[in-house]
This record gives sequence, C-alpha cells and structure tokens, in this order.
Amino acid sequence: MDNAIELLSELGPEARLLAGGHSLLPMMKLRLASPEYLIDIDPLADELGYVAEHDHEVRIGAMTRHRELLESELLRRRLAIFTDAERVIADPVVRNRGTIGGALCQADPSEDLVAACAAVGGQMVIRGLAGERVVGMREFYRGPYRTAVGAAEMLVEIRVRLADDSGSAYEKVDRRVGDWAVAAAGAAVSLVKGRIAAAGIALAAVGAREVTCAEAEEVLVGQSPSDELFARAARAAQAACHPVADQRGSAEYKRHVAGVLTERTLRRAAARARAEQG
Amino acid sequence: MQVTLMVNDTEYTRDVEPRMLLVHFLRDELGLTGTHWGCDTSNCGTCVVLMDGEPVKSCTVLAATASRYAVRTVEGMEVDGRLDPVQRGFTEEHGLQCGFCTPGMMLTARALLDRNPHPTDAEIREAISGQICRCTGYATIVRSIRWAAEHSNPELGN
Repeated sequence: MDNAIELLSELGPEARLLAGGHSLLPMMKLRLASPEYLIDIDPLADELGYVAEHDHEVRIGAMTRHRELLESELLRRRLAIFTDAERVIADPVVRNRGTIGGALCQADPSEDLVAACAAVGGQMVIRGLAGERVVGMREFYRGPYRTAVGAAEMLVEIRVRLADDSGSAYEKVDRRVGDWAVAAAGAAVSLVKGRIAAAGIALAAVGAREVTCAEAEEVLVGQSPSDELFARAARAAQAACHPVADQRGSAEYKRHVAGVLTERTLRRAAARARAEQG
Repeated sequence: MQVTLMVNDTEYTRDVEPRMLLVHFLRDELGLTGTHWGCDTSNCGTCVVLMDGEPVKSCTVLAATASRYAVRTVEGMEVDGRLDPVQRGFTEEHGLQCGFCTPGMMLTARALLDRNPHPTDAEIREAISGQICRCTGYATIVRSIRWAAEHSNPELGN
C-alpha cells in the first residue's frame, strides 16, 4: 500500500491506480482517461480483499471484488443492501474482477455501490503519505466522476456502523443484464421501540443533488413504519431528484421508477429490521 | 515492457507495450486465436478466458496484470487428445451455430462446473448471463452445459 502511495506521489497527477480495471480501462479505450502511468494494485487484492466484522462495524477492504461482496454471508445477514446491489451489478464475469474501491472511486452517477454505501452511512478510509483520514459519503462523492480522494491518496477501506434492529435493501430497474440503471434506490432503517430511529435513502442514475436524500429521510425519522409513510418518503425522494431524458427513458418515467423503488426498498428494509428484532 | 505469462501450462515471455490487453497478447503475440475479440467493452463475453480458474473478460485485463495468474484458453481445454466434457456437450447438443461466442461460453461453463458440478438450469443461465450469443442459441447452450454436467468423470479431473 505504502509503495503504491509513494509511486502516486512521485509520478504526480498523471499516474492512476488500476484496481480491477473495469472502470478505468473502458475509460481509457474511450479516451476519457489517458494516464501517463498506471500503478497496478492487483497484487494488493489479498491484503485489501476482505469483509470483516470489527467492533460493531463491518469493514470492507477496497480491493474486495464484487463477487466476494455478493457471496459474503456477513453482508447478507447484516447489510443485505450490498447483497441486493451485487446481484444486479454488471454480470458474473465482470464481478470476478471489479472491486468496490474501484467502483466508488470511479464515482459514476449511476454507480450502485455509491448509493448503497451512502444509504447505510458508509465511512471511507482514505490513505495518503501522512496517514489515514475518514470521510462520510456526502464528503467523499463530489459529483459525477469526482471524489475526495486526492492525487497521492488511495481509498483503502469502507466502514459501516452496525445498529441493532436495522435493515437495508437495494433495487434497480435496468433494461438488460449488466446495463446501467434506468433508476435505482437504496434504503436503510433502524428501529427503536417500533419507531424509525435512523433512515438512509440514496438514489442512483436520476440526478439526485446529493448522494443521500435528506428530504425523504426527514419524513421517516421518529415515525412508525407503514406503507403510507413510505409512500410519503418516496414522494419526497421523487421531488428531490432531477433525472435527464435519454435512451433509457423519459425524465418523468425515471422519476416514477425512483419513487416506486424507494417505497419497495423501504418496505423490504423495514421487514428485515423487524426480522432482526424477531 | 517484458511480460511473462503462463498460458495453458506453458510459459511465454514477450516484449510488449504496457497497455497491451490480454486478448491481444493471446491472439497477436501467441497466435491463440480461439479467444475472440468482440465488443471490446466488456459486454459480450466472447473474449472470456480463465485466470486461476475463474472466467474474466480478457479485453478488460492488461497482459501485465495477467502475469500473476495461470491463464487458460479454449486451446487448453483439450488434454492429450481428449475433449473436455464441455466441448463434447457442445457437440452433442448443438451448442453452437456461428461459433463466435463458443470459446467464451465453454470456458465459463468449465469454471461453473468446477465450482458447482450439478448446476440447475437457472444457475447455468446466471453463469452465462454476461455473454451474448448473437445467433440467440441459448437454449442449446444451456443443454450443452447440462450434458457436460451429466457426463463429467471426476476421476479424470474434469
């Protein structure tokens, strides 16, 4: 790790880290990225490839591949939003190579893992020559293709705090396997005495201003879960997004889908939270 | 830069551009043209090869990265004149029409059966969901893989 960061620092801004390669190499083919140097961090896949529970926290190494996330029993049990998302990310062969760190640093506005990490309040551990700093997703994601990771820094770990009686879920609508989302939503709720103590809502691919949707979260906190409440939160989420019409659908259709998926993921997240209570 | 790759149990060293992709290394440097170059956008899956036994899209892996892994291509499926059960399955059940997707399909099938010797049809369809057969011959591809599962002999190591 230190070697990679030293190289980044020595070679300057024309050097890029190459993790699983499934974002950066396609960007290079399109000439949207043309780094002078690639630092292949595939040899860090063992050191930074893990999903572990540590002190009421799940820690995910940045080089953990999509497939390992999909197959993680710990995530399925405690943070099922990742399992849901991984089922619909790319395809099984791509999932063998792509990494969570690579996906987050690519910061595509349709990226499922950005939304999943944001919904559960993920903390990003960024390492540089001077040491590590930890930032939340709102600070990490600076808009399409921009993150808080500096030129001589590297995302090394994702941490998610585990709350009791909590549940999360992810769902997306796409046109075919492996395509980018028409719209996608992630939701997380934690319950205290039957009421929602904390909530996270994140939308992907629909032009949300921020990575999490505070307007929808405010509707939920302090309330008892119900379909009527979830419908109100979904309307707030719809109002806060600004989808762009393209070949995947009209803006109106995408906003409609974002609302439907917000409701569905909230229902499933709440059901999972109650099952955990059970 | 000089790269050394282990492909089908043989070591090859070549001097190539650092940006060279695995698919081009296999086809242009080694002449192993069984690995096809299709969409070049990691969608179609016709370039699938195995790295340490797992299917990857070789149009989206640098040859230099692959030097850490054992690479297997369709040319390495036949051993000592014996076809892999997956290759026999594709023959028996007519799993190919134009043949362009076939090498990638067969290697993904091999990796699936190595992990899960008795997959359901749903598991087979999921495994090949990142690969496109433009003849749309999916039904016979699934049947071919099922044939291979039913005719594999674990004592022969396949």
